Amino acid sequence: MLSIRDLSVGVEGKTIVRHLNLEVRAGEVDAVMGPNGSGKSTLAQALAGHPAYAVTGGEVTYLGRDLLAMSPEDRARAGLFLAFQYPIEIPGVSNAAFLKAAINEQRAARGLDELDAMDVLERLEQKLQLVEMDKSFLSRPVNEGFSGGEKKRNEILQMAVLEPTLAILDETDSGLDIDALKIVAQGVNRLRRPDNAIILVTHYQRILQYVEPDHVHVLFDGRIVKSAGKELALELERRGYDWIRDEVGAVA
Amino acid sequence: MTSIGAGTDRYLAEFESLERGADRAPAWLAALRREAMARFAERGFPTTRDEDWRYTNLGPLAATPFRAAGAVASLNLSSETVDRAAIGPSAWPRLVFVDGRYAPEHSSRQRLPGGACLSSLAEAMTTDPELVQRHLARHAHWDADVFAALSTAFVQDGAFLHIPAETAITAPIELLLLTTVPGALAQPRILVVAGPHSRFTVVERYVGLTDDMCFVNAVTEMVVGPGASVDHYVLQEQGASTFHMTTIHAALERDSAFSTCEATFGARLARTTLTVRFGGEGGRGSLAGLYVTSGRQHVDHHVTVDHAVPRCSSRQLYKGVLDGSARAVFNGRVIVRPDAQKTDASQTNKHLLLSDGVEVDSKPQLEIFADDVKCTHGAAEGQLAPEAIFYLRSRGLDDTAARRLLTLGFVREVVDRITVEPIRSYLDRTLEARLGTERGSKEMP
Repeated sequence: MLSIRDLSVGVEGKTIVRHLNLEVRAGEVDAVMGPNGSGKSTLAQALAGHPAYAVTGGEVTYLGRDLLAMSPEDRARAGLFLAFQYPIEIPGVSNAAFLKAAINEQRAARGLDELDAMDVLERLEQKLQLVEMDKSFLSRPVNEGFSGGEKKRNEILQMAVLEPTLAILDETDSGLDIDALKIVAQGVNRLRRPDNAIILVTHYQRILQYVEPDHVHVLFDGRIVKSAGKELALELERRGYDWIRDEVGAVA
Repeated sequence: MTSIGAGTDRYLAEFESLERGADRAPAWLAALRREAMARFAERGFPTTRDEDWRYTNLGPLAATPFRAAGAVASLNLSSETVDRAAIGPSAWPRLVFVDGRYAPEHSSRQRLPGGACLSSLAEAMTTDPELVQRHLARHAHWDADVFAALSTAFVQDGAFLHIPAETAITAPIELLLLTTVPGALAQPRILVVAGPHSRFTVVERYVGLTDDMCFVNAVTEMVVGPGASVDHYVLQEQGASTFHMTTIHAALERDSAFSTCEATFGARLARTTLTVRFGGEGGRGSLAGLYVTSGRQHVDHHVTVDHAVPRCSSRQLYKGVLDGSARAVFNGRVIVRPDAQKTDASQTNKHLLLSDGVEVDSKPQLEIFADDVKCTHGAAEGQLAPEAIFYLRSRGLDDTAARRLLTLGFVREVVDRITVEPIRSYLDRTLEARLGTERGSKEMP
């Protein structure tokens, strides 16, 4: 589904992701773990097409298409979804209006009819239960005045509503209490299907207790330096990231 | 009479012909007009050397020979045209003015309850002379404001609304003021008297049916009696070449509540001089406005809130969206006089700049002479946040749709204050149209 080859990404002239390779197959959950500053968020933002993240080398193929040639909206319309680490507040735009616009833009791109307000509302209300959010969230401005946990749940709500083919969750688990973490994990597990994939970018192993990954990749200094099964996450939890540093250092 | 001020000659000539004409003004009014004309002639149109007009150049207005509306024939309008221009349904009481002149054939003056009076000002001078004389030109500062002086010099007709004590009117009262004839000067004059504990809504709706150059000089005086509650709207969609000058003065008495909300879309130059004066304790004033401009439009707000007595509160919220090479001027003056303890005043003015060619001059002017008061003000101007645009794009909206949704979000705070349904949906519609059509953003909670 997603094939990243030799990808390098810079921010403000500084290279953060270096010659990174990663394969994500349909039906998989891939955890990308790494210490702070290893390039996790840069990778996530670059895949979503953030204009401030400049791709300086490599290629990314998504569903057979050249992802890097696509605009952020075209990536979204092709089923790519990024749950933001720091969701943006949008004063004056209700969650419902925002989601209705997003749903209909994506439907239009797929040649489907526009949904009217009632259809959208019905759809949203179903998904609200999944993230245990109150209906009043729909009329509140997007993320404005939301707590940290509410913002993260709102990302999961959007993901549930938009039903992406490839979801990238950028540290959605960080800063959450255990109840919110379970809600987020449940949202992710609901999305798991043979025809889609999830990249869980995280610093901690904690969420992987609730979302079982097929693969764990360690990102270090802008590269994937180690890939293994879910047991790798437990090892990282137990031993920290220092031994990775030593191992990589030894190789380099 | 000799002219001193610039650009006043032709108005003097018009005035002299008005005086010679068949107009039978009562003596007090004739005297008032002469005084106001003398004031206008003495001052002339302001220049940018005048502090209150520093950022607004009236040169093109002063140089253009407009003809008084009385001298030109207005268009014969179909009732469909009038209905289309109106905000409210025909069930609302409505007075229609065409180029400043009362159009009884298009007006619907349903019987208002409890001795309420909605009529032309000319009629009211006969039916309610005492009330008219007591209030007309007694509130707007024509001695200091040239446009109020010009209006007062030529005051003949306009709208008169008197709602007596303890009377509540549910249906908003709409004053529909149409501009139809190129080159015309229309001077609608509005006098609203709210009796003690009365409650009602009045809407001033300005629509230009011509894109040729016109000059509309409107003056509204509102007296909000003790305990009365008045909601006031000004919805302006003049033609693209119109000069729209409006002076609004609200005099608030004890424990009254007054809200005014203005939406400005049209005109090449639109200036609002709004004064809210608290004359009795316990008054509450809410002042809001939104303006959406593009091309070379120029929108100027000079707002004065005068806390002359203790324990009154005022809230100002003005938001402007500027595109093209539009220009906005906002001067928000709050006066808290020495006796006005326990004043609670706030002022917010924000501008969204959609292009590099726009210019904003926003100035708060707080003059606080009492010590036990709460006064806040905030002004901000900025562009759409790139992070917010990216967030929306990452959900599938293209750049244009993202900007539109964010821009609608920017003005939402003002629109959300409006509870009168046809007005609210009018604004939603107009904003959608002015900011382009947005897939899926309409009519959601």
